[in-house]
Amino acid sequence: MDITIHTSSLPHDDPDASLAFYRDVLGFEVRSDVGQGRMRWITVGPAGQPDTSLLLAPPAADPGVTEDERRTITEMMAKGTYGWILLATPDLDATFERVQAGDTEVVQEPTEQPYGIRDCAFRDPAGNLVRIQELR
Amino acid sequence: MCKAEWRRARVEAQRLTDLARLRRVRDRIDREYAQPLNVEALARDVNMSAGHLSRQFRAAYGESPYAYLMTRRIERATALLRRGDLSVTEVCFAVGCASLGTFTTRFTELVGMPPGAFRRRAADGSADRADAASTTGDAGPAVTVEGMPACVAKQVTRPVRNREAPAAEQPLA
Repeated sequence: MDITIHTSSLPHDDPDASLAFYRDVLGFEVRSDVGQGRMRWITVGPAGQPDTSLLLAPPAADPGVTEDERRTITEMMAKGTYGWILLATPDLDATFERVQAGDTEVVQEPTEQPYGIRDCAFRDPAGNLVRIQELR
Repeated sequence: MCKAEWRRARVEAQRLTDLARLRRVRDRIDREYAQPLNVEALARDVNMSAGHLSRQFRAAYGESPYAYLMTRRIERATALLRRGDLSVTEVCFAVGCASLGTFTTRFTELVGMPPGAFRRRAADGSADRADAASTTGDAGPAVTVEGMPACVAKQVTRPVRNREAPAAEQPLA
């Protein structure tokens, strides 16, 4: 089998704010942007890696999601316990400085972890946890 | 939109704003746990009273901001104690605890042994094996995290209330 991870997704609650974070702060390229208002599906990804994308999608857009479930999802997003992603970079300190300068909420400064990695963490505008690990 | 719907939407929007505020408090604890934080300062930062923040935080996250802060500190303390080059007192202050007594008490509650004993076992190189082998009283750090994404490793190694070391059973008679 030859399977790649093509697209993974994170929810947004303000498409313009999420777009600004992933495009302007993390430096991702925008590969597509469809829909309007809060119903927007924005595909982004790191330049030079066209095979892997991140889809920023409206939460609970599936019509099978009940009103209660939708409320739970939006509340979990707001309290920061819903979506998360793990990114990696060879230069963690430079990346941290750049993202922090973008007025992003910092959750953890670069830290050596007992399980053998060094990483930092931020919140994206929708409350998703964005953890960035050092490649070494 | 009829009046009732509008009202409901407004209440929900307010709830999300309140939850996002609690998230900022929790993130600040994660970020600045090593600072001399206290609940009053955290509450002031988001224009709440300490009591209100504690109640709201507990309702949202299942534990008070103080408990969350101490868990975060103990989590980091286990990592520092494993290094072996820092004393218990040094670790206590490094993770933001001003009182060695409070630190020791909370550490023992969460990890199942006092920090000094934990440090000695780590130094013997037996902390991992012994923790992994024991079925009772093992706290988060004993979990094998090799090959696990860092986000998950971080979560599973964090000491959490419901994995707290069980208190010694009281004899029935």
